[in-house]
Amino acid sequence: MLEVKNVAKSFNLKNLDKGKFSVIRDACFNVNSGECVALIGNSGCGKSTLMRMIYGNYVCAEGEIYIDKENILDLKAIEMSILRKQKMGYVSQFLRVLPRVSTIDLVMEPLLDQFESRARAKDIAETLLSRLNLSSQLWHLSPLTFSGGEQQRVNIAIGFSKDYKLLLLDEPTASLDRENKKIVMDMISEKKEKGSAILGIFHDKEVRDKVCDREIDVSNFSAS
Amino acid sequence: MEQILKAKAINKKFGDVYACNNLSIELYTGEVVGIVGESGSGKSTLLNCLSGSLVPDGGNITYLDRDNNWLDLLSLPEPRKRNLLRTEWAFVHQNPRDGLRMAVSAGGNIGERLMAIGYRNYSQIRAEATEWIEKVEIDAIRLDDKPSIFSGGMQQRLQIAKNLITKPRLIFMDEPTGGLDVSVQARLLDLIRSLVRELGLSVIIVTHDLAVARFMANRLIVMKNGKIVETGLTDQVLDDPQHSYTQLLVSSILKV
Amino acid sequence: MSNSEEDFNFAYLDEQTKRMIRRALIKAICIPGYQVPFASREMPMPYGWGTGGVQVTAACLQETDVLKVIDQGSDDTTNAVSIRKFFERVTGVKTTENTGKASVIQTRHRIPEQVLSEDQILVYQVPIPEPLRFLEPRETETRVMHALEEYGLMHVKLYEDISINGEISTAYAYPVKVNDRYIMDPSPTPKFDNPKMNFCSAIQLFGAGREQRIYAVPPYTKVISLDFEDYPFEASRAEKTCEICGATNTYLDEVVIDDKGTRMFSCSDSDYCNSQKS
Repeated sequence: MLEVKNVAKSFNLKNLDKGKFSVIRDACFNVNSGECVALIGNSGCGKSTLMRMIYGNYVCAEGEIYIDKENILDLKAIEMSILRKQKMGYVSQFLRVLPRVSTIDLVMEPLLDQFESRARAKDIAETLLSRLNLSSQLWHLSPLTFSGGEQQRVNIAIGFSKDYKLLLLDEPTASLDRENKKIVMDMISEKKEKGSAILGIFHDKEVRDKVCDREIDVSNFSAS
Repeated sequence: MEQILKAKAINKKFGDVYACNNLSIELYTGEVVGIVGESGSGKSTLLNCLSGSLVPDGGNITYLDRDNNWLDLLSLPEPRKRNLLRTEWAFVHQNPRDGLRMAVSAGGNIGERLMAIGYRNYSQIRAEATEWIEKVEIDAIRLDDKPSIFSGGMQQRLQIAKNLITKPRLIFMDEPTGGLDVSVQARLLDLIRSLVRELGLSVIIVTHDLAVARFMANRLIVMKNGKIVETGLTDQVLDDPQHSYTQLLVSSILKV
Repeated sequence: MSNSEEDFNFAYLDEQTKRMIRRALIKAICIPGYQVPFASREMPMPYGWGTGGVQVTAACLQETDVLKVIDQGSDDTTNAVSIRKFFERVTGVKTTENTGKASVIQTRHRIPEQVLSEDQILVYQVPIPEPLRFLEPRETETRVMHALEEYGLMHVKLYEDISINGEISTAYAYPVKVNDRYIMDPSPTPKFDNPKMNFCSAIQLFGAGREQRIYAVPPYTKVISLDFEDYPFEASRAEKTCEICGATNTYLDEVVIDDKGTRMFSCSDSDYCNSQKS
């Protein structure tokens, strides 16, 4: 499903002297459908950077990234935005949403983007939020005022609302308690069974052991 | 994925200064493209050239109309162009006073485009105006009030209702949240976003506010001195900018 | 003071000016309802007193004409009397109060009750010729709107009327569409008179002096008052009877007749009223 070939990344801060940093070189790996793969390595070794390149959030200057046999580096921005909507979910560490938009609306959004009916989208969103133990009192509030754990669960709900072919998870369980962590692990397993390819960063070894089939050490690709 | 608007090699000079220097841009159905850049970068000039309110010195602009014909906008007869402007297109101005008739009631403002395309049934016009004023979250009781007694945010929402009632396909927005309180801004952006989704609109939005661009636009065009310096997916341009100017722009955002 | 009449050209204006106005009139007749710009002259009366109408009348009058001048339907109000006197003095044509006998009728704010005939010319005094003016103040823009037949705005005005008053409350200067093309301001005539313009046998000429515009409706031309399907045009009048002649189908003036505020309704068309009495 996902194939990363000889990918390299450097940042070039043009307004600074010596602003050029190489982060990753020669990254090669793949993730199959129905498989969950963990990216591991020390903090700062480029795990998130790699994941963001796959999502198209960071520019990838060298190498090839195939999603569903399509090299995303050949895609125009508009094609990439469609590919994202159709095939790729991304749960980031941070919640970045429009202020004053309610939680339920945010979770419904990816579904409505794919022309689900409002009623069905609402149904799916409510089921997810309940499952993630978010009190229904919170559904009509903007998540920007929520606690860290609550925000993370909203992010997860948004990323899990559809059955994406590829799911990118950046520390999805970092600020969750035991109970909720277990729920998220179950949800990941279910997505695997449904055939999603999942690439994740999990600092929590327990989670890795439970849901991940393989580990890829990103420090092997480190440019320094 | 279909294109709806194509502009090639647009040039516009004011005196010796290029406001648009050989700009090409294309817009696809259902997408929102943001144009960002500092004051004087030429973004509003580009918008005005695209929407027909300014004639470029050179270049080519084509638009795919409702009947699937590509129209050459620069050679399109004036009546047809004005007809497009009140049926298939909409223009949301930064200052709602530029887009509203301040001496005409809210309902009259909203209904104007309907009457312009031949609606002659008062009750029907009023019913649609009521529906739209509620859609933009203004109490229908205000239908007969003049916009001059509305708040800035309400005026802006009224302008949007007035523009969207004829279900246009292509919308040009020039700093739509420019003069508004922050508290009103977010609601308005959310409203525009849901209308864009609901009606499958294609939008070109000019803003100098990168936060507005992040939440509204699928794609971003960064302009400086009349040139496009960078384009790409919105989050890519903002999170991993490649051009030195974009990097400067992004790193200069104030965070609360 | 020099001895006057012979120092003036016939009908006050010089021949060149009359020719210029006639050319504008011919153009106006050819494009019914279209406002033709013309080089309006200073007249020996203030703007607002009918300088446009006077110039049109001056350009039309011939020595054999019989002139009638009315103001609000009446022959003996100040404006009518002064204009009639003016033309008597500068042309020497015959004047009349009898609608049927006049060949040229200059009017302010009314169309006579008596049906006009093919050999008559009705000249209107127009203060503001542009019907779109109060909605769109830019003349450049209104001219484009006329050119492109963009008339949605005119209905916005009627919409406003209904939403504020529950009905189309515009009672005078009620906009009309001429020959299915141009929207025209029929000058401040009461809307009761609008139907008389439709397929009228006489030539109708409109002169706006201050605004320097002439427009016209040729005989037998379609003149339709704008309206909504569910709020149709009504040629309204006071639901009373003329207390002088007993007419029930004419446009009435309401006149206060004593210090106690007693009111009386009577025909605004004084010639018609007199003819009904006798």
